[in-house]
Parts: sequence; C-alpha cells; structure tokens
Amino acid sequence: MNAPVAAVDWPDKLYATLKRAGIRQVGYVPDAGHARLIDRVRADPDIHDVVLTTEEEGIALAAGAWLGGQRAVLLMQSSGVGNCVNMLSLARSCRFPLLMMITMRGEWEEFNPWQQPMGSIVEPVMKLSEAEVYRATRPEEVEGLAERAVQHVFGDERIAALILSQQLIGKKVWVK
Amino acid sequence: MSALERRAAMAALLEGRKDDLLVIPGLGSTCWDLAAAGDNDRNFYLWGAMGGAAMIGLGLALAQPDKRVLVVTGDGEMLMGMGALATIGVKQPANLAVVVFDNGHYGETGMQPSHTGAGRVDLTEIAAGCGIASVVDVRDEPGLTGLAARLKELAGAGPLFARVRIATGEAPRVLPERDGVVLKNRFRAAIGLKP
Repeated sequence: MNAPVAAVDWPDKLYATLKRAGIRQVGYVPDAGHARLIDRVRADPDIHDVVLTTEEEGIALAAGAWLGGQRAVLLMQSSGVGNCVNMLSLARSCRFPLLMMITMRGEWEEFNPWQQPMGSIVEPVMKLSEAEVYRATRPEEVEGLAERAVQHVFGDERIAALILSQQLIGKKVWVK
Repeated sequence: MSALERRAAMAALLEGRKDDLLVIPGLGSTCWDLAAAGDNDRNFYLWGAMGGAAMIGLGLALAQPDKRVLVVTGDGEMLMGMGALATIGVKQPANLAVVVFDNGHYGETGMQPSHTGAGRVDLTEIAAGCGIASVVDVRDEPGLTGLAARLKELAGAGPLFARVRIATGEAPRVLPERDGVVLKNRFRAAIGLKP
C-alpha cells in the first residue's frame, strides 16, 4: 500500500464512530479496503457481524435490525452497489435508516479495467436511490464525514452512502 | 400427492399466536395469506423487496433474541434470495424459522413453473447444505401440526427451515396495509419501541 502507516488509522476511526452511534449489526461482503474495520467488528462481542453472500442481503438485514430496535451498517465495495438497487426500494418505501460505507474501485490507479464500469456509476446510482452521498478522499476527513452520515441516517430515518475513495484506500497490489 | 391448502396452512401455523411471535411474509401470495389469517401489528407485510424476507427475519431475530421470528415465504421469493440461507447458516439464530410455502410455481405472475416445480431443485436439501440443522418437510396435516408445535417452542439448537408443500390453487387476495412507513412504525410500537 502506498499510504504511510500513520495515515492508515481511518478504519479505526470508522469503528469508533460506529461504536459511538450504537451500531449493533454490521453486514458485509468481504473487501480488502474494509479488512481492518471488518476485523475490529468481528472481534467485538457487542456487534453481530454478518457476512453476506451478496450486498442486497445487507439492505434487508438492516431493515430487520431496525424493526427489532437495533442500528445496522452495511459495508461493501463499489461493485456491490449494483447488487443493491432493487432492494434499496425496501429502505426507500419504508424509510428505514440505512448507512452504507462503500470502498471504491475503478477510479484511481486501477489496474483491473473491469472495475471501472460499476465504479463510475456508484455516486449517480446512490443519488438516484435517494442516498445522501459523502465522499472521503483524505484520511483526516473520514471521521467527520462518517459522523455526518450517521446523523443523517439515524437522526431522520434516511439513507446515506459514505464513499471511501480509492485514493484514500490506496491501490491494490497485484504483484508482490 | 394431496398438497395442503395455503390459507389453511397459514392459519394452522399461527393458531394460538402469542405476542412474542413476529412474522415476516414474502411479497405476493404469502403476504395475502398472512393478512387473511388476521391482521396483527407484529406482521411486517412486504409488497416488494423480493428475495429479502429471510434476511429481514435474520436482522430482526438478532435484534430480538427473546422473541420468535417466523418468515413465511414462497418458493420463488426464496429462490431469489437463496444466499440468505447460507448467511443464516453462518449466524445460527436460535429464534428464527424460515418456512417456504412451495407450490413449485410463481403464483402472482400466472403460475409459471418455478425451479422447484420445473426441475429438481430441493429447498430442504439446500437449507441442510447451508448448515441449518433443523429441516422439516411438511407434506400433510400431521406434518403441519408438528411444524406448528415446533414453532411454538422455537429456541435452542439453531434456526429452523421448513418446506410446506402447498397446492397450486389461488386464494382470493386479502390486501393488508401497504404504506411501508405505517407498517414499520406500528410494528416497532407493538414491541415497545418508539416509532
């Protein structure tokens, strides 16, 4: 990875934000950009970590969690956004609070061209689906944007997508 | 094979229903079946979100471990969200039951054969293969009575999956409330959460 080690503490800050927000369920499809956050969540006995077979499961999981009085978050990579489109109508029709944290591929020093077609439409798809979109490019802005997304979602039962840019995450190392 | 009638099957599963039972139907026929069995604030009717019923059940079951969560959906809806069975198999929620009313057809769209009706897709084998230890195949009235009894004691070893073989006949539509915000808020209020 190209970012200096000291700068790569934003996943820990995201975890701290989730804890402050009282998040009790975390659905995720494993992703390298979220690896550290997923590790933190899996190590936390107060959080149900739910590994999903496809991202749309996480939309339904979050709805069920809210029906039962718990807050959830959905972690995914940009390619997963496309898998969610129809299921987002569940959150939109019922105004379920839905917080998504999306790690980007296909936008900055991407080696794999197959990531570009979905990566390039993540933001418009999210906006069309009535999500408030927050984009983090620098490590120092991640926590503040995450706090705003949390407030938007749980303060008013809305949808938000926190986009974690590929520049923030660093490029995938293909040949070690 | 004398398959079961769907409305009678739903009524049998919900007979003597208590307040600790929360029910999520799939969209379409099972939603109308649930409404026909009697409206209840602890039902969360789905008018869409095909493929999502079992996952809503999982999120709810994890959030409310002291209550019983019953998902009753159709074979088509379950097939669309089949990965949910794998996800449930990993989490093993002891208070969740997923019951599939299987008539081998897509009833809402004109009774086209589904994968369970047109081929050899067996949802009980899929559920078992996903690590769901309690799998029940209901073919007749005694089986249905047995499943209803199991649902009343839902707790312990892990999630329950049941296939109920139902007849293809369509029942008159009984349409519940369709405002999603109303359904969400009344459900939460019924279990003591603020809207």
